[in-house]
Amino acid sequence: MKILEELMYTKTHEWIKLEDHKATLGLTDYAQKHLGQIVFVDLPNVGEHVDELGQLAEVESVKAVSEVYSPVSGKIIETNEDLLDNPGLINEDPYENWLATIEMNGPLVTSNLLNSEDYGKLCDQLEEEAK
Amino acid sequence: MKRTPFYEKHVEHNGMLIDFGGWELPVEYTGIIPEHEAVRSKAGLFDVSHMGEVTVVGKDAEAYIQKMITNDISTMEPYQIYYSPMCYEDGGVVDDLLVYKYNTQKYFIVINAANTEKDVAWFLSHVTEDVVVEDVSAKYAQLALQGPLAQVILQKLTDKNLDEIKFFHFCDSVMLGTVEAFVSRNGYTGEDGFEILIAPKDAGILWDAIMAAGKDEGLIPCGLGARDTLRFEACLPLYGHEITDSISPLEAGLGYFVKLDKEDFIGRDALRRQNEQGLTRKLCGIEMVDRGIPRAGYPIFNGDFQIGHVTTGSYSPTLKKNIGLVLLETPYTTLDTIVEVGIREKRLKAKVVPKTFYQKKYKK
Repeated sequence: MKILEELMYTKTHEWIKLEDHKATLGLTDYAQKHLGQIVFVDLPNVGEHVDELGQLAEVESVKAVSEVYSPVSGKIIETNEDLLDNPGLINEDPYENWLATIEMNGPLVTSNLLNSEDYGKLCDQLEEEAK
Repeated sequence: MKRTPFYEKHVEHNGMLIDFGGWELPVEYTGIIPEHEAVRSKAGLFDVSHMGEVTVVGKDAEAYIQKMITNDISTMEPYQIYYSPMCYEDGGVVDDLLVYKYNTQKYFIVINAANTEKDVAWFLSHVTEDVVVEDVSAKYAQLALQGPLAQVILQKLTDKNLDEIKFFHFCDSVMLGTVEAFVSRNGYTGEDGFEILIAPKDAGILWDAIMAAGKDEGLIPCGLGARDTLRFEACLPLYGHEITDSISPLEAGLGYFVKLDKEDFIGRDALRRQNEQGLTRKLCGIEMVDRGIPRAGYPIFNGDFQIGHVTTGSYSPTLKKNIGLVLLETPYTTLDTIVEVGIREKRLKAKVVPKTFYQKKYKK
């Protein structure tokens, strides 16, 4: 399972990349593997506001519906529209194929986030429990 | 959880195991979509050992089954198979099943895994003097080999000319390598293929033999996920979805298998009445117009009024569209009618389409 050291993570399997006041979000490798082949993505509209821990997007595999949550609040300034026609891109490379970029309107609440090491431990623990 | 005799094979092939009605079975191995595509274009192997089997034997076996089910088995030839719903007095469905005929005094019936106990109790509660009904589920392991290359693969294992086993017919003794098997030409995918019943002790040997025989043909093991998307595209009903104790076979579009004019059977009066009065709701197909995937249980609306629900819905791997089977109030069932699907807080447009999403490719 791929986990990139330079990113932050959530317990609900989103990754987040921070640049100044901008946060780009996507799904982790763990999330895409467990969902299976993704066949549908619903993205928010650019200009919309998302709350901290609010729903940002929906992804669906053949069998499952999964909601994507944002660990930060702010305004959606960009979405990855390539995913609308090609949702399977997330399976191909979940870190390259981001979902949305948010302009944060407040300080980063770090208690919502894990570093790569802690996220890796969480995934290992979940894998272990699944056995 | 119960395990089938193929459990070790699921682990060996990295199957993602889930609890399916009390059975530990793989939902997928390599992925629902590749498995689905393998069955449509080549071949797939499914463990269906969880299915229930019942024998009905005795002087009155034919009359007894005629009473229990909606189809008319008096027209069956020996070694033929009929599909039929089995109903309650009110026309709701107990289960749908396959009847295998040896002769008028000996039948073999295959029922749904999750309904086995209920069905056996239902059968036993109606048994007559000269009929013996026995639950023989534990005596069999079952595989389904499905897809356009199924016959090419299976033929490598046997001297029996498989052309002799016609669509919806069976042969109760076919040597597949060293394993004696009960082989029928039928399935639940919309493709040509076989269902194979064997003694549980032979499970591992036969699995390996079939997988080896299909290696060059691109045979892969397939899980319950692909089984569901395949049967759904072919509009084959699933108990608990398209048919239930409160959805009649007529409403589900299975009228062909309900012989209202045959001798009396359980549910006949209710179904005749439904037929005479006209159906108030019917199973239809929908295709999404807006972006979204309809899924089982989602409500269907016309304005403020709920007019039905989705019985099964999915992304269709073959059609590459988001489609659903829906039970709709009759006035809305005309083709091209626009309805709305309630997907979480949203109302998304869909249109009524023929429910034969995929043209079945049976070898008849």
